[in-house]
Amino acid sequence: MFTKEKQNFPTSQDSDSIYPEDEIQTATVIKKFFKSDTPIEIIGLGSKRQIGRPLQCAKTLNLSKLSGIVEYLPEELYIKVKSCTPVNEIEDELRKNNQQLAFEPIDFGYIYLGKSNYGTAAGQVSCNISGPRRFKSGSIRDHVLGFRAVNGRGEIIKSGGTVVKNVTGYDLSKLICGSYGTLVALTEITFKVMPTPQGSATLVLHNLNIDNVPDFLEKALSSSQDISGATFLPSKPECKNCVMNLESTFKLNDLKYDGSITAFRLEGPKSSIKARLKILKEELNSSYLNISELEKIQSEIFWNKVKNLEFFSGTKNNILRAVIPPAECSRLIYQIPSQFKYFLDWGGSLAWMEACDLSEEMFESIRKKVVRLGGYLTMIKTSDNLPYVEDVFTIDRNRFNISQSIKKSFDPKRILNPGKMYTGI
Amino acid sequence: MSKLLMPKIDRKIISKKNIIIKNLKKIIKSENILDHEDQVKPFETDGLSAYKQKPMAVVFPENTKEVSEILSFCNNEKIKIVPRGAGTGLSGGALPLADSILLSLGKFNKILDIDYKNRCVVAQPGVTNLGITQAVQDKNFYYAPDPSSQIACTIGGNVAENSGGVHSLKYGTTTNNLLGVEVVLMDGTISRLGGKTFDSEGYDLLGLITGSEGLLCVITEVTVKILKKPQTVKAALVGFPTIEDGGRCVSDIISSGIIPAGMEMMDKALIHATDNFVKAGYPRDAESMLIIELDGNENEVLQLIEQVTKIAKKNKASSIKVSKTEEQRLKFWAGRKAAFPACGDMAPDYYCMDGTIPRGKLAEVLKEIGRLSKKYNLPVANAFHAGDGNLHPLIMYDSNDKKALEKTEKFGAEILKYCVKVGGVLTGEHGVGIEKRDLMCEMFNNNDIQQQIKIKKALDASSLLNPGKVYPILRKCAEEGRIHVHKGKTKFPNIPRF
Repeated sequence: MFTKEKQNFPTSQDSDSIYPEDEIQTATVIKKFFKSDTPIEIIGLGSKRQIGRPLQCAKTLNLSKLSGIVEYLPEELYIKVKSCTPVNEIEDELRKNNQQLAFEPIDFGYIYLGKSNYGTAAGQVSCNISGPRRFKSGSIRDHVLGFRAVNGRGEIIKSGGTVVKNVTGYDLSKLICGSYGTLVALTEITFKVMPTPQGSATLVLHNLNIDNVPDFLEKALSSSQDISGATFLPSKPECKNCVMNLESTFKLNDLKYDGSITAFRLEGPKSSIKARLKILKEELNSSYLNISELEKIQSEIFWNKVKNLEFFSGTKNNILRAVIPPAECSRLIYQIPSQFKYFLDWGGSLAWMEACDLSEEMFESIRKKVVRLGGYLTMIKTSDNLPYVEDVFTIDRNRFNISQSIKKSFDPKRILNPGKMYTGI
Repeated sequence: MSKLLMPKIDRKIISKKNIIIKNLKKIIKSENILDHEDQVKPFETDGLSAYKQKPMAVVFPENTKEVSEILSFCNNEKIKIVPRGAGTGLSGGALPLADSILLSLGKFNKILDIDYKNRCVVAQPGVTNLGITQAVQDKNFYYAPDPSSQIACTIGGNVAENSGGVHSLKYGTTTNNLLGVEVVLMDGTISRLGGKTFDSEGYDLLGLITGSEGLLCVITEVTVKILKKPQTVKAALVGFPTIEDGGRCVSDIISSGIIPAGMEMMDKALIHATDNFVKAGYPRDAESMLIIELDGNENEVLQLIEQVTKIAKKNKASSIKVSKTEEQRLKFWAGRKAAFPACGDMAPDYYCMDGTIPRGKLAEVLKEIGRLSKKYNLPVANAFHAGDGNLHPLIMYDSNDKKALEKTEKFGAEILKYCVKVGGVLTGEHGVGIEKRDLMCEMFNNNDIQQQIKIKKALDASSLLNPGKVYPILRKCAEEGRIHVHKGKTKFPNIPRF
């Protein structure tokens, strides 16, 4: 970005993968690479390996053997896991006690492989990309209570704990969320867990468009009905090179097919959902609209599909992610090329886009527009036509300088995932 | 006052005071600088009033540019800076140093933007916590974190300390409700972190500076999210014959899948003190009492009240009262909110502790506090954010007794060590400051502390911003391994070793 990265590392090879079996081994390996100035790529199950800039490290540190639940205390609302415990293993365990990871971990397998591939706890933490409940329940960074890890000097460090209210020292749990393995190799993570809501229901408004949908999103999110999901899935544009297909993705008995879908989720005790749904319909004046109502099972299936980006399942195109102030969503959509397929989540604050025809110049031009609207843009998946972009993530110069100093404090020789996020970090 | 090792005073800086003031007057208006001993006296302490130290001068910048220029000047001249909001902090985070400039954000007191479409408020850091809610309450919105000092404490101070409150169980603390900040680093760099969006990209610098106690940057603007008020709010007042019964009820409520908006516990000593103080109608025969607040849709609240009542009865509740009116609900809270002043009736002084423990360890920890109370011969009353495990033991003492504070601090330290021992932490919401600084090694080892100090150095290379706070000056855990310790005494104990 600001200086050209030296790309003089040999390509990764399987024979150069190292599989530590515990935290001490992880520290020993990193210490050795610290001494020999050897950059390493850190991976778990590799489900999100494609997010970020490609690495060309000689060695790969595969942490997939650091797996297993260390401690789960449902009444204390936390679960402590080894860093590369598969996410579905954690969710299965929590389900036994009617609990969940409220940040709704995204299964990126659908856009990369066309099928489920959830990945690990550390992968979720390192990317910090959260599901539809974000605006209500917070993101992954709000659910990491503590961690253990190895820094770039090969030292084992820890931060946080198992309790929610904790201001003892800097909140490094936040800092490692979304750091793409560039600060530490995670060895253990403690997540806050929450009760699974008793019920779920979804109100769908049909056939709204990008001009009138922001008002509905704003009204719903400013109501007292405690909305926990708000998405807009347009039926247009239809692009023959894109896989997005509203009807085939969301095949549900109670869901009508009438143009676009604007969906609001209500969760909680059943009796409360019924009452809130009634008020929400009044608040949105929905009697003038064609609506569908989805009850528990269908509602859950619907939001799982939204969360897991099944809209774009199996795509070969580029996937972009823009986060903006919610009131700017229609302005953003007007400014992106009209052939882009997209959907809005987080009540308009998040736009997922599928771009079949994209150049780096176009990508940078969209980034400028997103930044002008007060947001940021990320390249989540590149296509065969545009296999590489220089700046996957958005940053300004001052934050870059601060980030570079922070990186140095954890990893002075830049051996952990160097250049994964930005050149020089 | 007990002895507190602070960074070594730089006499050269103090000797240059007049030149420093002259230079500061080139940056800000003369009337915005206080440097006479009498003028700076009101700033010699914060909410931890046992410790006092006058700064060299107090400056009141009026805008971000002035803050940047002051910091840049001080950075070049190696002058220490102590930032201060309203000075309500309870851990001594705003305690000045003799050779420091105290930087007050008192003139940053405006709300800059109320943005209902994006459901956020942009405010200068000197705006009070309650001021934000008051600015949006006519449209039925509010700002969720509500520390007990919310009338006076500022939003900038809340960010610096990651303040909580009684509703953080359901709505989170400051860090979960913050969208963006503008900050100035010690070298004068102005940077924006976050904005009106969620989860800004790159390292979560916003998360890092929240709760960093003024050690990493000075906050000059804050953007927080606002929420729509819930339709219905009700509170239940439940008395229990033992502390164990109350503690078990808390665990059972959480285990049943209910997350109340707030769940507060008080012990018998505090029930009596607060009920005497505000006549809140508390169950005076109970050994422990819970205030359980539930909010949401009316149906939902009624259903939850029913469930909570059932759980309370199962745990031998001796009395259950549910608020029938908003007035009654506020009355229930009045006692809890007056917990600290009410202790004024019990002893001339009190010392408020702030550990967090796993909820299930409540009875065990309270039993240990009782044992320590006898050992130190100092009475104690306990307030507890039971839902999130945040314990506030209030130790009663008399500062006229010269040894009392030292004894109280030792008592407090033993409580916090016990909190860590049972799997908890040193501080839930008041911060480390100077108060718990020397206990950090109870929780962190050398590597942990060194990593945090390296982060500090990354943003403030000369350690000029709020030095002497949070991290032990003589890092016992870090240094005793390398320094010869003779019979527990280190060589040259007065030399700062930060």
